[in-house]
Amino acid sequence: MVTAEAEPRVLTGQHFMNGDIAFAEGALAAGCTFFAGYPITPSTEVAERLSRRLPKLGGVYVQMEDELASIAAVLGGSWSGAKAMTATSGPGFTLMMENFGLGVMTETPCVIIDVQRGGPSTGLPTLVSQADVMQAKWGSHGDYEPIAFAPASPQEMFDLAISAFNAAERFRMPVFVMADELVGHMTERVTIPSEDRVSIVNRKRVPAGSEDRLFYAADEDLVPPMPIAGEGHAFHVTGLTHDERGYPAGDPLVHDRLVRRLTHKVQIHEKELTQVEELMTEDAEVVVVAYGAMSRSARQAVMVARERGIKAGMFRPITLWPFPFRKLRGLANQVNRFVVAEMNLGQIAREVERHLRRPATWVTHAGGKMIPPEEVLLALQETAR
Amino acid sequence: MSGELMVQDHPLDGLLRADRLPHIWCPGCGLGSIMSCLTSAITESGTDLNQHAIVSGIGCTGRVAGYLKLDSFHTTHGRAIPFAIGLKLAKPELVVTVFSGDGDLFSIGGNHFLHAARRNIDINVICVNNFNYGMTGGQCGPTTPTGARTTTTPFGNSEPAFNLPHLAASLGAVYVARWTSLHVRQVHHSMLNAIRKPGFTFIEVISPCPVGFGKSNEIGEGLDEMRMYRTNSVVDPDADLANAGIDMQRDSPIVLGDFVDIERPVFAPSGVDRG
Ligand SMILES: Cc1ncc(C[n+]2csc(CCOP(=O)(O)OP(=O)(O)O)c2C)c(N)n1
Ligand code: SF4
Ligand SMILES: [Mg+2]
Repeated sequence: MVTAEAEPRVLTGQHFMNGDIAFAEGALAAGCTFFAGYPITPSTEVAERLSRRLPKLGGVYVQMEDELASIAAVLGGSWSGAKAMTATSGPGFTLMMENFGLGVMTETPCVIIDVQRGGPSTGLPTLVSQADVMQAKWGSHGDYEPIAFAPASPQEMFDLAISAFNAAERFRMPVFVMADELVGHMTERVTIPSEDRVSIVNRKRVPAGSEDRLFYAADEDLVPPMPIAGEGHAFHVTGLTHDERGYPAGDPLVHDRLVRRLTHKVQIHEKELTQVEELMTEDAEVVVVAYGAMSRSARQAVMVARERGIKAGMFRPITLWPFPFRKLRGLANQVNRFVVAEMNLGQIAREVERHLRRPATWVTHAGGKMIPPEEVLLALQETAR
Repeated sequence: MSGELMVQDHPLDGLLRADRLPHIWCPGCGLGSIMSCLTSAITESGTDLNQHAIVSGIGCTGRVAGYLKLDSFHTTHGRAIPFAIGLKLAKPELVVTVFSGDGDLFSIGGNHFLHAARRNIDINVICVNNFNYGMTGGQCGPTTPTGARTTTTPFGNSEPAFNLPHLAASLGAVYVARWTSLHVRQVHHSMLNAIRKPGFTFIEVISPCPVGFGKSNEIGEGLDEMRMYRTNSVVDPDADLANAGIDMQRDSPIVLGDFVDIERPVFAPSGVDRG
């Protein structure tokens, strides 16, 4: 037993911390009170930090037997009213795909951070990659529309932890943060605002004592208010296709209506959800699309290209899913030439080409190292020509 | 006739989702009566119904959650226990009961059972053991007795089966019982004990699945299997659990009882004293 010392939930001030720790602090600032996980490099620091912090704040930290259990416990915690999360990397992310789907189907808010390392399989346990981004999109069976953020710095690990919890609560679903080993392990300055400057979204709840039994009847925003266990609602939750009461229904019509609503509730809020950074795109003739740690290399390449007289710019999706295709298409009205640089063999590149309806130049690497700015620069030069 | 109306609500009506009945279970299935044992135990326990949560995995047994008018969660195959742990840890005042099948809890979910018992997490686990995967059409599972015929062991099961109370006791479960669906009073009583007992409790209820197991193993219909329970049952709370495995042979005993009732520190999520 240790005695709880007074320790602030929000560590307001200037810090030097690595991305994983910044994420943990962002989660706490967002109101996270429950963590269940299983150690895996390079995400472990998130768990370690929360194992020290949560108990002192009256929250729950629990290490489960595997990632199947971790995400299941996170969903359970969420139904008990907690803002809940887990942290993992590729192999664990794969195991979590099962109950990520349960979370989508049952509309359970929670946050999953994948600090990506090289795959397939055990791959490169300690080295960077971005090769899980399409797994986030398609990795669980059935149709769904995920929400995923891609932080590019420890500061963004903090900020996007808050965005992720807010989106999870707002849209009642598991939300991904697709970080990577470089961002997770790099140490930089992180500014943590005062508690009152952190804007927090809480899920719509079925009020205690409500007589309404249509627990899966959505409001206009396509999100139904959520009942919490132990408040007397006697509600039912199932991963089976269900009607508005939450009862199993084997009817194809009910299924189609449900799955469409679950995807539409994200799609119709695309504008609200998508964050992008555009760097020197106003007059750009060639634009590199890059996200996460890779955008740091791409940024340098753009700077050098400008010095050399190439009108280069960068389009950085901060929200990866839903993909900010409207913003990209808007840019494509003015720019013809695109480069995509990412630490996988062309996952977002395909998405970019699909939305632009034209080929882009791919700068790819399967992972293990950051693609250096020189390679991106070369691609910018050749594509601009 | 006196003016008094003798119409009374069935005492358990309040705990069943009347709008979901009739249930999907086959004639002769033991699940209905075992579910009733739980509703009667919850009622008798005097605990606040609002504080109960039922969690099931997938299978015929897994459908129980959907019939109970409590906060109820029908999760994924094998994951009822970790889901239940999340509910319980985030809201310790809840009484959380996992109700699921032998395949769900001990094949795909086996690892979760091990660790929940080891940690002595304060949840109740009820396993309906029908010796097969009922829902998917009678395949072999981890409790299928050696030699038994199932749709995937046409030549007889070559594997040994789990002996569940022995397993649970070895892991440190603080309360362990085994009954059959014939022993409704005892099942009710054990469930009542489990609800009242802090820590990880485990109850195995042997149950007929005539479609998936009884008919292909010369046991017959549900009633025939119940008769077999009556003749073969040996109630022995002091039984040597290592020798209490079940092979469902015509002349083999089915050892039953409240086997374990011990005290052990209950899992608390962190070592922080908030007092
Ligand atoms: C991941 C996964 N694998 C397989 C299945 C198919 N499946 C549904 S129920 C079941 C077996 C259930 O057996 P048991 O737990 O003994 O329940 P019973 O139907 O016998 O009550 C299986 C294999 C599934 N739903 N999910
Ligand atoms: S298949 Fe077996 S377990 Fe399932 S409902 Fe029928 S009798 Fe019961
Ligand atoms: Mg079974």
